[in-house]
Amino acid sequence: MDFELTDEQKMLVETAGNFAKNEFAPVAQELDREEKYPMEIWEKASKLGLVGAWLPEEYGGAGVGFLGNALITEQFAEVDLGISLIVAATFGCEAIYWGGTEEQKKKYLPLVAQGSAISAGAFTEPDAGTDVAGARTRAVIDGNDYVINGNKMFITNADVCTFMVTLCVTNPDNEKRYKRYSLIIVESDRKGVTTTKIHGKMGIRASDTAEVSFEDVRVPRENLVGTSEGQGFYQAMQFFDTTRIMVAAQGAGLAQGALDKSIEYVKERKAFGAPIASFQITQQKLAEMAIRIEATRNLVYKSASYLDNGKVDPTLNAITKYYAGETAVFCANYAVELHGGYGYIDEYDVQRFYRDAKILQIYEGTKEAEVLTIARRLLT
Amino acid sequence: MNTVVCMKQVPDTETLIKVNPDGTGIVTEGVKWVMGPYDEYGVEEALQQKEKFKAGKVTIVSLGPDRAIEAIRTGLAMGADTAVHINDAAFYEKADSYATASVLAAGLKDLEYDVIFCGKQAIDDDSGQVPAILGELLGVPVITQVIKLEVADDKTKATVTREVEGGHAIIEVSLPTILSAQKGLNEPRYASLPGIMKAKKKPVDVKTAGDLGVSGESMTVIKEMSLPPARQAGKIIEGEDAEQKAAALAKALHEEAKLI
Repeated sequence: MDFELTDEQKMLVETAGNFAKNEFAPVAQELDREEKYPMEIWEKASKLGLVGAWLPEEYGGAGVGFLGNALITEQFAEVDLGISLIVAATFGCEAIYWGGTEEQKKKYLPLVAQGSAISAGAFTEPDAGTDVAGARTRAVIDGNDYVINGNKMFITNADVCTFMVTLCVTNPDNEKRYKRYSLIIVESDRKGVTTTKIHGKMGIRASDTAEVSFEDVRVPRENLVGTSEGQGFYQAMQFFDTTRIMVAAQGAGLAQGALDKSIEYVKERKAFGAPIASFQITQQKLAEMAIRIEATRNLVYKSASYLDNGKVDPTLNAITKYYAGETAVFCANYAVELHGGYGYIDEYDVQRFYRDAKILQIYEGTKEAEVLTIARRLLT
Repeated sequence: MNTVVCMKQVPDTETLIKVNPDGTGIVTEGVKWVMGPYDEYGVEEALQQKEKFKAGKVTIVSLGPDRAIEAIRTGLAMGADTAVHINDAAFYEKADSYATASVLAAGLKDLEYDVIFCGKQAIDDDSGQVPAILGELLGVPVITQVIKLEVADDKTKATVTREVEGGHAIIEVSLPTILSAQKGLNEPRYASLPGIMKAKKKPVDVKTAGDLGVSGESMTVIKEMSLPPARQAGKIIEGEDAEQKAAALAKALHEEAKLI
């Protein structure tokens, strides 16, 4: 077992880290306040190949795999989680990559890898989130088209995307609940698609989140991901097995950023005549953060390496995602505590990290859902 | 257009520098090493010239120990074509500006170049002498602190803008020439991911000073190195009212600071 990154991966880390420091840091506070999607940064990152880097070269990516993508994500999230979500401009494409036909892969994947499109994955509905199989958006065949009706909720990128991979009910009468679904690619400029940006998020405010409504939206039948109906639930599960690891990488990055900022602060800040870094209670907090970050990072790299080697372990991924969320929230909390009153005002980044961290326990499967997955495996 | 970029790997600008116990250099342990920021302008300019002429080769030449390969790879990932790594730790340890320039001159003897770019200085020892010495050794003109470059289509001459006190000087120079890059010349690109993936496959010619027939006689020796003294705390002028405070300030400026 070799825990060393390759030379390429080290350079990737350096490039992504420099990019985030130079491009994110100066605007992070403003984009958070104004809830603005970082379109220019996305364009710049796409040109460098930092977006969709996980995709193989044949589909326009850099071929760095999911571990490479996790490394980029981690470096980005160290500086700002909201802006880091530009790497999720390929969101939804994981499902095309895993389940799409060769033709679909050639058509859609290079668009996002080369920065000429942003994609979205439309799974969650107002009444169905973690319970994916509760989705009700309906797609009915009419001639050569599907006609889609329904609503989606909390969809990342929906308001800025070119197309969304949408979970629809296509076979409502199938006796097996999990075989009633299909994934269908819906271009966002189709007639009947309405997106409404969601304002007032607690964190990741530079990331785009929107509601979507489909009203008699017609798409050609060839937009069905894969070749047969009824695969949607399984494709969605495979999709989440990939994206959960990326969310965990976000957690590792955010936590590291919180620790770095804390270390810098406690060396400067004096209380009772000494830098607060000299107090054992401060040291305890820093060490506890470092311990959790190291463990999280190892989990992320292991899960991502497995995935790159074609080994998918949903329980491991659930453990990784769960622990990364906990670590991020834990570290952001300590970072605010170490900053005292300054940690509570938006002039200091840790306050934003604190708000951003919470989403990592919620999206891409709540922490409660991860617990269910883990426990189920333990008891069978 | 063929270009050579002389590049030095230096401690990252954010590094907290400590002097080693002998007082002869800095503590290198735990230092993050990066490509010299001024050298980076050189790499960028070389790449832009290559792109403009749609032909030619960019070669990086660097003197440094094993770790210098990382900065070389960064240059290759940015888009440079090949590199010469003069990997000679013993030579590097003792090399002053003259020894460095000598070995660089030997290292690029067999290369073809219209322009040699250097950073205006390495940000570690800040000597800023290598470009000039290199020019002397190679017998080519040197222009320092370059912020703009226009190479004539026939590549026989270039118009170069350099910074001078309070303004700019515009100079015409015949090629080949050595140009030392100053901030403002360009905005260095990030290494792209495809660039990173390709960098390892690009050829790096590794040589020692001995291979190049350079013995490495330095003309200077570092006797002692020390950090600047810590800044003293400011002094608050006391007094009942403005008049008293002004008088106390005047006295302090005259007697303690000896400024008036």
